[in-house]
Amino acid sequence: MSEEIKEKSGIRMPSCDKLIVSSSPHIQSRSSVAGIMFKVIIALVPAMAASVYFFGFAALKLLVLTAFFCVAAEALWCMIAGKSVKTAIFDGSAVVSGLILAMNFSPATPWYVCLIGAFLAIWLGKQVFGGIGYNPFNPAIVARVALLIALPGLMTIWVPTTKMVETAQHGISQNEAYSRTFFSAADWRKLQDSVGKNASVDVVTCATPLSMVSEIPKNTDIGAKNVFSHIDNRTAWKNYFLGNVSGSLGETSTLAIIVGCFLLIIWKLINWRVPVFFVGTVFVFTGMINFFYPGITPSPVFHVLTGGLMLGAVFMATDMVTSPVTNRGSALFGVGCGLITSVIRIWGNYPEGVSFAILFMNALVPFIDKMFIRLPFGTPKKQGAGK
Amino acid sequence: MNGFMVEYSSVVFAALAMGSIGLVLGILIAVAAKIFKVESDSRAELVLELLPGANCGGCGKAGCADFAKAVASGELSPGQCPVSSRETVNAIAQALGIENNVSFRKCAVVLCGGDKNQTRNPILYNGVNDCRSASLISGGPKGCAYGCLGLGSCARTCPFGAIEIVNGLAVVHGELCVGCGKCVMACPRKLIKLVNADAQVHIYCSNPEKAPLKRQYCNVPCIGCRKCEKAFPDKFKVEGFRGTVDYDAPQLPTAEEAASVKCPAHCLLTAAEHLAVEHNDPDHENTKEIQ
Amino acid sequence: MSRYPFNISTFRGGIHPENDGKKLSKDVSIRTAPLFEYYNIALQQNIGAAPKWVVNVGDTVKKGQKIAEADGFVSAPLHAPTSGVVEKIEKCPGGMGICVETLVLKSDMLDEACEFYPRIDWKECAVEDLKQRIADCGIVGMGGAAFPTSVKLSVPPDKKITDLIINGAECEPYLTADHRLMLECPEKVLIGASIMGRILGIENVHIGVEMNKVDAIETLIEHNKPYNIDIIGLDVRYPQGAEKQIIYAVTKRKVPAGGLPMDAGAVVQNVATAVAIAEAVIEGKPLFERITTVTGEAVKTPGNWRLRIGTPLVKVLELAEGIVEEPAKIILGGPMMGFAQKSLNGSIQKNSGGLVLLPPSKVTQYSSSPCIRCGRCLNACPMNINPSYLGTVIENEKFDLAMNNNVMDCIECGACAYICPAHRPLVQHIRRAKAEIRSRMASQKQSVNKK
Repeated sequence: MSEEIKEKSGIRMPSCDKLIVSSSPHIQSRSSVAGIMFKVIIALVPAMAASVYFFGFAALKLLVLTAFFCVAAEALWCMIAGKSVKTAIFDGSAVVSGLILAMNFSPATPWYVCLIGAFLAIWLGKQVFGGIGYNPFNPAIVARVALLIALPGLMTIWVPTTKMVETAQHGISQNEAYSRTFFSAADWRKLQDSVGKNASVDVVTCATPLSMVSEIPKNTDIGAKNVFSHIDNRTAWKNYFLGNVSGSLGETSTLAIIVGCFLLIIWKLINWRVPVFFVGTVFVFTGMINFFYPGITPSPVFHVLTGGLMLGAVFMATDMVTSPVTNRGSALFGVGCGLITSVIRIWGNYPEGVSFAILFMNALVPFIDKMFIRLPFGTPKKQGAGK
Repeated sequence: MNGFMVEYSSVVFAALAMGSIGLVLGILIAVAAKIFKVESDSRAELVLELLPGANCGGCGKAGCADFAKAVASGELSPGQCPVSSRETVNAIAQALGIENNVSFRKCAVVLCGGDKNQTRNPILYNGVNDCRSASLISGGPKGCAYGCLGLGSCARTCPFGAIEIVNGLAVVHGELCVGCGKCVMACPRKLIKLVNADAQVHIYCSNPEKAPLKRQYCNVPCIGCRKCEKAFPDKFKVEGFRGTVDYDAPQLPTAEEAASVKCPAHCLLTAAEHLAVEHNDPDHENTKEIQ
Repeated sequence: MSRYPFNISTFRGGIHPENDGKKLSKDVSIRTAPLFEYYNIALQQNIGAAPKWVVNVGDTVKKGQKIAEADGFVSAPLHAPTSGVVEKIEKCPGGMGICVETLVLKSDMLDEACEFYPRIDWKECAVEDLKQRIADCGIVGMGGAAFPTSVKLSVPPDKKITDLIINGAECEPYLTADHRLMLECPEKVLIGASIMGRILGIENVHIGVEMNKVDAIETLIEHNKPYNIDIIGLDVRYPQGAEKQIIYAVTKRKVPAGGLPMDAGAVVQNVATAVAIAEAVIEGKPLFERITTVTGEAVKTPGNWRLRIGTPLVKVLELAEGIVEEPAKIILGGPMMGFAQKSLNGSIQKNSGGLVLLPPSKVTQYSSSPCIRCGRCLNACPMNINPSYLGTVIENEKFDLAMNNNVMDCIECGACAYICPAHRPLVQHIRRAKAEIRSRMASQKQSVNKK
């Protein structure tokens, strides 16, 4: 029959021998999983750029290494499990996990920690559950928490930013440096020594604002004197906001992460409720505690600007796979993360609680999703309450 | 500083406390078991022990326990378990002391012979890997609107692994099939029939269309030539363009009789031939993935 | 009482197709197709009971002559599209691959018309006459559902209808037939709407048109003076034209879950149906032709054609001068809800709003990659159910879980499958579950009846 059609001169007719048959819809939006992952990487660019600006080549090296190790881990698993290596790698999820994991590392992290972290993230965090889409926990957080517990020494070597080193080279006083840039007296001497000798400053360590908080003796009286004023003042806030502060790659610049956050929200890749409720809860909760007990915790602004809160709230808590799908669920998830983070920061043993909070709330996501079962369009309200 | 000192009193106290909690709970459980004891029918339990325990639901009950209850109460007869062998049924009947009216064992048969080599399939199906899903669309991915879709819904439903998809066609391994009938429900085209397990010969076509139409998309359709019916009028029936084996006939056709018919369309086959033809296919390895 | 500048309404959820493909054919005015030699008229062209042939092989028929009569209440007659001889009546393979009862009419190329029905003065005559005329002319819902219109307009006495909504949303991408119809025959649209309003005995007649057809809205408003119909702009969003959604957009009333539009006091009719009704009443013309969009990137000259029912799809494609690219899919209807064809063996039916030929680059390739829980389908779902969850549970054949999570409320608009970045066949899973649940219910009923 088709030959008969083709004989009609001048008009080309379809041969109909390779038609695809499926049920409707027959067209589809252009978005894809790889596209989403690519956009997340773009949103990470400001934060990555900031980390490279403040920590130099070490940061870039870590980002590239960890992402590469994650992709390698993914490929290796797929090879062993007999899955398609190509689709697993090209969906980009391993790169995103790798970059986010690298953002959790201190610039001084050795390469083998990256390697262990990558395998922990991809194998333990993702593939043992069945791969992308099935993991109950954010892979990067699984790796970070596992490393933090297993290798606390290696995970908490904090180094000064290049800006701090420059400040030291311009010769400011030890006290000033201490209040602004968190060197211990011994480290400060070491830094000045190496600057004086034009030697490498790589070996010099310094504290992060949050680890300083945990070391300051607390005063649990109501309305006690603020003991954090040297790290909790406007100059310090400005440094924290712009990123001139020691810490992991992603803990530096709050500004860069907010830029990424806006990108993600504009592209509708994250539910704005998660970061807003997360950060909001931390602000309100620590604000209340700070108001009544200024002796045990710094101001809410300090809490929001320091540590991994912004990174966690924007890039880790919002991970599609491990956050609730409904709007109300997302808000509840954010509030839960915020509360646990604040509690760990104020009363916990660890200086930072963001990753534990997200990990814990990840485990609750299936229940949160169950709590907010949607009622179909047209269901009467009364009947819904009965259900 | 005094970390190595052991306070024996606290150890003893802990052990005592745990022991007494255990004792109290144990007594509670024993009392509860007495008070809330569920009365169970000993006859049903007896039957349940003898049943194969596949929980296939082939009898129409929720599971073997449910079936055992029904048998014990006389609602069903032991022979209605499609899985049990003759011996098992006899044993159950004996245990209950009732008459044994054993029905014949059944076996599933897929009445389609059109594998990928035998059918022309000019389109590509892109959708859920499930027969019912495919049958909803444009009559499914195969040229024949009555043939096996080959996506393996029956094979996945079969609790005994008796159905295999070979080269886009479901085939039944008779020795594994217990005749539970789950596949009959699963097939959206109603190609699977439960027949007497002794039936070795089947006409593998379910398409009632006219022969020339069938020929357009299938090499092995029943063309309604009535050769089989003429040779054995009491064993085969042809209605329109579709022949069937008369499974209720007193004598089922034998393999030799089937061979003597020399079906010109090659759709009158023995179950063994139906299995064997497909296995010879060179494309076999690739299509195994479908399962 | 027209609102101008008109209100713009919408519903919750839905999607904005990035490439709606309407620019291909929206500026091409409607052309009437020439006569062809053969017409293949399928018997079943409506939901409900198939009609019965009233002609035999060898009979000579004239254009507009009844060739099949309604068999039962929910059924619609068929009329000959042209004059000629009935060559055969038999089961032929249709475009969907299933053999359907078809009448092959060999045209005598004279196109002689029989006497149509007498004209009726729709403002004066009895309502029952109007309803009878709609039934006699074989008018069915031409938007796609093909539900007999006379039945839809016969409201049970216990239901109170307050609003009639004429659906000019045409939210399906690529299709422009309704758009052209509203531009070129605004009078007929408005008359048809008024006739239906009169049948239902209500004043509130609305015409909802998506805002990508502002010219159509303006044309309708221009002609609206004597009819006093409420013309409403609707946000450009799919599925704006779905019954429950357009009722909500226009009246802000929700059809109860599992209920019918009349439970919300509304009746929805397509603009093409309105035009057919107007022609049936004021010209006495039975339904034997319709406007169909022939479009898609693979078609050489997309356009809108006045085609007779039964025109073979091959001929339709020849009108469009064939293809420029081998199509990957031939779709009868719109690309969101239409039916993929296995071949060009089919023919135009009463509900064929479009013939869309899509090249491989435009069609969906479904894959079984896992859900990444992005939640886009939840935001897109106009019925507020959870396609992501349903897709996952149905994949694992947990049909009772799907049932408890309202799978039966799905209207199968396909917005979820369109938006899914993992290209999961979500609506296909849901369709499967619905079919599976229905077949289980039926077999349960059977076993209950047996007992």
